[in-house]
Amino acid sequence: MKAAVIVFPGSNCDRDVAVALEQSMGRAPAMIWHGESELPKLDLIVIPGGFSYGDYLRCGAMAAHSPIMREVKARAAKGTLVLGICNGFQVLTEAQLLPGALMRNASLKFVCKDVQLKVENAKSSFTRGYKAGQVVQIPVAHGDGNYFADGETLRRLKGEGRVAFRYVDANGKATDDANPNGSIDNIAGILNEKGNVLGMMPHPERLSDPLLGGTDGRTMFEALAKVVLA
Amino acid sequence: MNSTLARDTATVTPEIAAEHGLSPAEYERVLQILGRAPNLTELGIFSVMWSEHCSYKSSKVWLKKLPTTAPWVICGPGENAGVIDIGDGLACIFKMESHNHPSFIEPYQGAATGVGGILRDVFTMGARPVANLNALRFGAPDHPRTRHLVAGVVAGIGGYGNCVGVPTVGGNTAFDPSYNGNILVNAMTVGVADADRIFYSAASGVGNPVVYVGSKTGRDGIHGATMASAEFDEQAEAKRPTVQVGDPFTEKLLIEACLELMAEDVIVAIQDMGAAGLTSSSFEMASKGGMGVEVDLDKVPVRERAMTAYEIMLSESQERMLMILKPGRENVARRIFEKWELDFAVIGKLTDTGRMVLKHHGETVADLPIAPLADSAPQYERPYLPTPKPAALDPASVKSAGAPLDSLKTLMAAPDLASKRWIWEQYDHMVMGDTVVRPGGDASIVRIHGTERGLAMTADCTPRYCVADPSEGGKQAVAEAWRNLTAVGARPLAITDNMNFGNPEKPEIMGQFAGCIEGMRDACLALDFPVVSGNVSLYNETSGKAILPTPMIGAVGTVEDLDNFATADFRRDGESIVLLGETKGHLGRSVYLRDLLGRDEGAPPPVDLAAERRNGDFVRGLIESGDIVTCHDVADGGLLVAIAEMALAGGIGAEIAAPDALPCPLHAWLFGEDQGRYLVTVRNPETVLQQAREAGVPAFVLGRTGGDALTLAGAGTISLGELRQAHEGWLPRYMAAPDALTQV
Repeated sequence: MKAAVIVFPGSNCDRDVAVALEQSMGRAPAMIWHGESELPKLDLIVIPGGFSYGDYLRCGAMAAHSPIMREVKARAAKGTLVLGICNGFQVLTEAQLLPGALMRNASLKFVCKDVQLKVENAKSSFTRGYKAGQVVQIPVAHGDGNYFADGETLRRLKGEGRVAFRYVDANGKATDDANPNGSIDNIAGILNEKGNVLGMMPHPERLSDPLLGGTDGRTMFEALAKVVLA
Repeated sequence: MNSTLARDTATVTPEIAAEHGLSPAEYERVLQILGRAPNLTELGIFSVMWSEHCSYKSSKVWLKKLPTTAPWVICGPGENAGVIDIGDGLACIFKMESHNHPSFIEPYQGAATGVGGILRDVFTMGARPVANLNALRFGAPDHPRTRHLVAGVVAGIGGYGNCVGVPTVGGNTAFDPSYNGNILVNAMTVGVADADRIFYSAASGVGNPVVYVGSKTGRDGIHGATMASAEFDEQAEAKRPTVQVGDPFTEKLLIEACLELMAEDVIVAIQDMGAAGLTSSSFEMASKGGMGVEVDLDKVPVRERAMTAYEIMLSESQERMLMILKPGRENVARRIFEKWELDFAVIGKLTDTGRMVLKHHGETVADLPIAPLADSAPQYERPYLPTPKPAALDPASVKSAGAPLDSLKTLMAAPDLASKRWIWEQYDHMVMGDTVVRPGGDASIVRIHGTERGLAMTADCTPRYCVADPSEGGKQAVAEAWRNLTAVGARPLAITDNMNFGNPEKPEIMGQFAGCIEGMRDACLALDFPVVSGNVSLYNETSGKAILPTPMIGAVGTVEDLDNFATADFRRDGESIVLLGETKGHLGRSVYLRDLLGRDEGAPPPVDLAAERRNGDFVRGLIESGDIVTCHDVADGGLLVAIAEMALAGGIGAEIAAPDALPCPLHAWLFGEDQGRYLVTVRNPETVLQQAREAGVPAFVLGRTGGDALTLAGAGTISLGELRQAHEGWLPRYMAAPDALTQV
């Protein structure tokens, strides 16, 4: 398993996710500067959280046009796993590797806290360590995590089982109170059609260490570590 | 000579000097030093270098009384931040600084740039910032501006800190009418560096290049330092253009670029351009190194055309640093800054003339002797009037405010005691992946990256104590910070102080300042808790009315083994709750007296420093040995509030009973704010009681944890749900009511 973390100017969870990857995979991921135009042979590309280019345009909009993103798109098309966390999810929607958009939180405020997620799809390479329907605890930290997609896209996402995670309460119910940002249908993470690209607002790397309060995020990295691609 | 130059070099008059905040005596000294009248640019430099903000002219004689040394102190006050040894070859670099005036005028940018400035103070010394904290004081909740200021300041702190990717892990927020026209925004940054790679600001090496990096210089923030050195009046709004605008994205790049450069062997000295921008950074670096400096202002990267020398020198544009590089190493630095797409310019060189010479458009626009200007910066022994000692309030004379659990519920929803979750959930407090103890407790703990050790940190002060008795209040502020660190099991190491006071030209204000310093000094000495950095913010007055004296204390300690630390939450049912420390029922200046009885009276609770140390060392021993994992210091609101906080944090209730023989009325026992006390829980209390007896620490079993309610024998029960609603509900409700300014 070889992984890489893309680093944009303004990325700030690049080190955090590298620590989590190394912990589960036994080797440090390659850190790839946004200005690079080529990638080494890889099984997993992670686009980390942060504020790429300050998020001064729409979040992720400028990063989506970085030189490295052409290569990321090409690899995604060939089936390489791509995980976008928080700002990474925003970059993936801006790069049109995932449908929909992430708007300003309904509260208009940044929110950082642990939330409960229901695992809706436990078959992907990212989520197969969880059981379908399992409720896990993973933190969010964002100002623009309000997922939106038009009716047709939403029908497809649901129909094709591409909603990976939903915000739920402790009982697994997708309530308004459990939704930290106003996302449509409480959507916290989605997969692309082939299932090799996952974008999610919550930060699995932040609960991958018992000392930090939990290990539900680690399950994802452990599952990824077991993936051996041909 | 073109018109810009003519303006810059025109000779000034005493009236213009007065407009720049120089007193007639100070202007006279300027004339003596120069042997001529200064031009406008030179006057601008004098005015900022001699401003209260940059020169500490009113406070210096008092600050010298604070203890600043200990075997673990690597660098005390005087540099950009304080440096302490935290073992394993690592140093912790930290400081707290105010951004009060700008935050009142323009809360978002004022608070944001406060965070940016303090971050730079820390990474300029070679540390990676690992945590931010902040201490906020707002006016009365029913004051028409308060809600707007809370919203703006919190958004500004979050907007900056979240983007740079440094977790905001702690702080405190309180309200008082004295801050109605002058809020406090004190921001603190904690960083970690290799102990043998600390960077200082003293310039050296004749001919070495002076290098400018970071953002371009614009017209923003001109005279910010001078504004911070004067009182406010109704025209405060007109000062909005003196507030700087922050760019956290550039700051993030600047952090990474500077740390990358610091790993190379190229930097002689480095300082951030903070208050008074290019003036103070170049002047102070040369002054500290006994050097001269020559700067060509045409080389300074500017945002706008036709900026004058005066504007370039006094701009407080953010995210800029000044460095002295080793000769011939400019290209190493240039490559790194270009990679991060930041401006990089060699703007001058060090000289042996002892003078600061500025050139612009080929002309000399300023020529000032450095040592005389620095050495004769005014220092005042301002007259001071000590605050008269208040008489203590006899608890037996204070009537009860009602049934204890009703009082508790009201206090838990009082502005100062209500949960501040609404605030800290807007701060990314987990980024960097090392936040072991999150906000909301006594102190926060951040793991030292890659180790099993932690840094504990806190910020605290109780201004209502300080106004009643500055000496006791100053002592209490230091002791409280020490106690907060102890309550999580940390070894307290050092503090940074942010002295927020009114107009020092008033003897009673200087009396408050002097008193607080005296009390702080006593506590620092008794607790081996030196001051390593700090900041003074004076003239916190609006239309002649001063804020409460607020010597905010930021403190740092180490947790030697992250297997053993404590938090405030009840974790298990059926544990005994043990109170450590003595309870006399001190109600003077308590929240109970103020919020429930409407009385601001009496003396603040005295701090017995010997008992403080004894009790704290005992508690820390229990935590370090792994005997206890739940601990909370008893502070604002007293015993019952502390128990309720522990119950809510853990979601586990408690049944408690007061002892049969009380030294005071029950409400004084429950809500008094006696100092030096901790609550801990243990499965079997006998051992702890025995150890406490041997250590000379008063200990008493209050009751047991369990259930989902708080029961006080003889006084009834209140459910955690009801308490939580009161405690968590106040701030969100208050902030959500924009049209009901006075109905909260």
